[in-house]
Amino acid sequence: MTVYAAPGTPDAKVTFKPRYEHWIGGGWVKPVKGQYFEDISPVNGKPFAEVARGTAEDIEAALDAAHKAAPAWGKTSTTERAAVLNKIADVIDANLELLAVAETWDNGKPIREPLNADLPLAADHFRYFAAAIRAQEGYFAEMDGDMTAYHFHEPLGVVGQIIPWNFPILMAVWKLAPALAAGNAIVLKPAEQTPVSIMVLVELIGDILPPGVLNIVNGFGVEAGKPLASSPRIRKIAFTGETTTGRLILQYASANIIPSTVELGGKSPNLFFKDVADQNDAFYDKAQEGFTLFAFNQGEVCTCPSRALIQKPIYDSFLGDAIERTKLAVQGNPLDTDTQVGAQASNDQLEKILSYIDIGKKEGAKLALGGSRADLGGDLSGGYYVEPTIFEGHNKMRLFQEEIFGPVVAVTSFEDYDDGIAIANDTLYGLGAGVWSRNGNVAYRAGRDIQAGRVWVNNYHAYPAGAAFGGYKSSGIGRENNRLALDHYQQTKNLLVSYSENKLGFF
Amino acid sequence: MTETAVATVTIEGERAPRVELLGPSVDLLRRLWDQYGPLMFHQSGGCCDGSSPMCYPAGDFITSDQDVLLGRLDIAAPGGEPQSIDFWMSSEQFAYWSHTYLSVDVVKGRGSGFSVEAPEGVRFIIRSRLMDEAVPFA
Repeated sequence: MTVYAAPGTPDAKVTFKPRYEHWIGGGWVKPVKGQYFEDISPVNGKPFAEVARGTAEDIEAALDAAHKAAPAWGKTSTTERAAVLNKIADVIDANLELLAVAETWDNGKPIREPLNADLPLAADHFRYFAAAIRAQEGYFAEMDGDMTAYHFHEPLGVVGQIIPWNFPILMAVWKLAPALAAGNAIVLKPAEQTPVSIMVLVELIGDILPPGVLNIVNGFGVEAGKPLASSPRIRKIAFTGETTTGRLILQYASANIIPSTVELGGKSPNLFFKDVADQNDAFYDKAQEGFTLFAFNQGEVCTCPSRALIQKPIYDSFLGDAIERTKLAVQGNPLDTDTQVGAQASNDQLEKILSYIDIGKKEGAKLALGGSRADLGGDLSGGYYVEPTIFEGHNKMRLFQEEIFGPVVAVTSFEDYDDGIAIANDTLYGLGAGVWSRNGNVAYRAGRDIQAGRVWVNNYHAYPAGAAFGGYKSSGIGRENNRLALDHYQQTKNLLVSYSENKLGFF
Repeated sequence: MTETAVATVTIEGERAPRVELLGPSVDLLRRLWDQYGPLMFHQSGGCCDGSSPMCYPAGDFITSDQDVLLGRLDIAAPGGEPQSIDFWMSSEQFAYWSHTYLSVDVVKGRGSGFSVEAPEGVRFIIRSRLMDEAVPFA
């Protein structure tokens, strides 16, 4: 067990600056209007740094820098760009603990997660796209003996990216790596709940990239996000967030006739077929953990397995074991490596989760575990902690239909295969899903029948670079975490070449 | 203390209101109206900042036949000119929400997509109860 020193105390791995400016054109730039906002740590509910409060003027400055940098960056060889991405990955690896403490302090997540998941995945993500861009080839087709169609991948130019707060660094990297690999210049707006950790990263990697290739403007959605998303000076807007803002961003994109990829969350079903309980062995233990993963990252994951569907014959026994398993989850100081459940990212997130627990009770759902705010006492008393919570109910309840984004799972039963699939698909969303069965045929069919972009079969919450991630239905448009993401940041140039001396003959 | 503002009924064939603004929301919306002009709400679903009411300058978010107007809220002070705010939700989301009555409240908070209250350090939030008239899970 290790308890990392809190930032601001003598042995802390990271020392935050009192104030973070925008990162524009390869340097720190003060906001044009001179305004700042406080970044609050969800660990203790206290402010720890000031952050530039960006406005349309700052977005314009960032776009100026990006447009200046884009032509040369877009012409670099893939070898050069891959080398840059690999260097960034090395810097992340070399600063693992520093970045992990920054991420935990900004977001509230237990530090074992950034140490073992967020940051190693972020580094690997850069390496994956370094490899992908070097391995990418154009293609050609022979139209006839004298004519050939050549297809080249070209960067889009300057792109906008708006990042969520649940994995502030990793979600930024999911968007940055393919965009940089493809040769684009970027204006990125982090979430206003978690504006600092990404600035700590850019302090470390800023000089690896040519000035202006990556620009970061912090601020509020309405003041900084909107001018970025609606700007006619970007060639693409990428967003991870929720449905109404997703629609709004798609509307802005349509006004400028640019592409947009949006990842908009889910209400992911986690199906446990009865044969899971055939034996009390390692696989059963794995499936139990698969249930409990609803509390991973405090449930603040777009693919949180927030609907557990358990086949009737094993419903009572499996759920009973799962409740006992969930009781073992260690909630505590997020800087303690033994802590498994940390703080929710913000006060309004805490309030929203509590409001859902309230409506769940009013709808008649049965509270099986938790259901309250947790006061961890001492320095953590002001932090935003919620007990892992298990409800039993039925799929038409709002508890089962809305992404709570907290450590809350809604549990129900299903009769047979068809019933299980019908309940799983009775949702607006289609981002993630889990299927657990010892029968490969059942697991395969269920995986194919569930309408979701990512179905984990006999595992959950793995995010290796290379496995495509994205939504069906209202969960969005586009794929990340796979070379497919390169397509979202590239134009196709077709060069149609005639190798004939003979005229067409029309005129 | 400012009184709750209850929405008019805007869904054809219905008799009971579906949404209201609690007093603190009315106060905040009056200030935001001064700053941004006429306003609208669209109830969000999904990720991160979702499942929350998003407040925009009226017309900023383009609604369509795929949306339901849940009600019209007037935030004007007694005797003042009407200040009407439409409250929208997507039809597909309404299919799962229709049995609940929504109260818009304000809590301290930070992020909220492009919703206009975020820079004030507050966040609109929905509190819910079952509708008296709607049949749940029909």
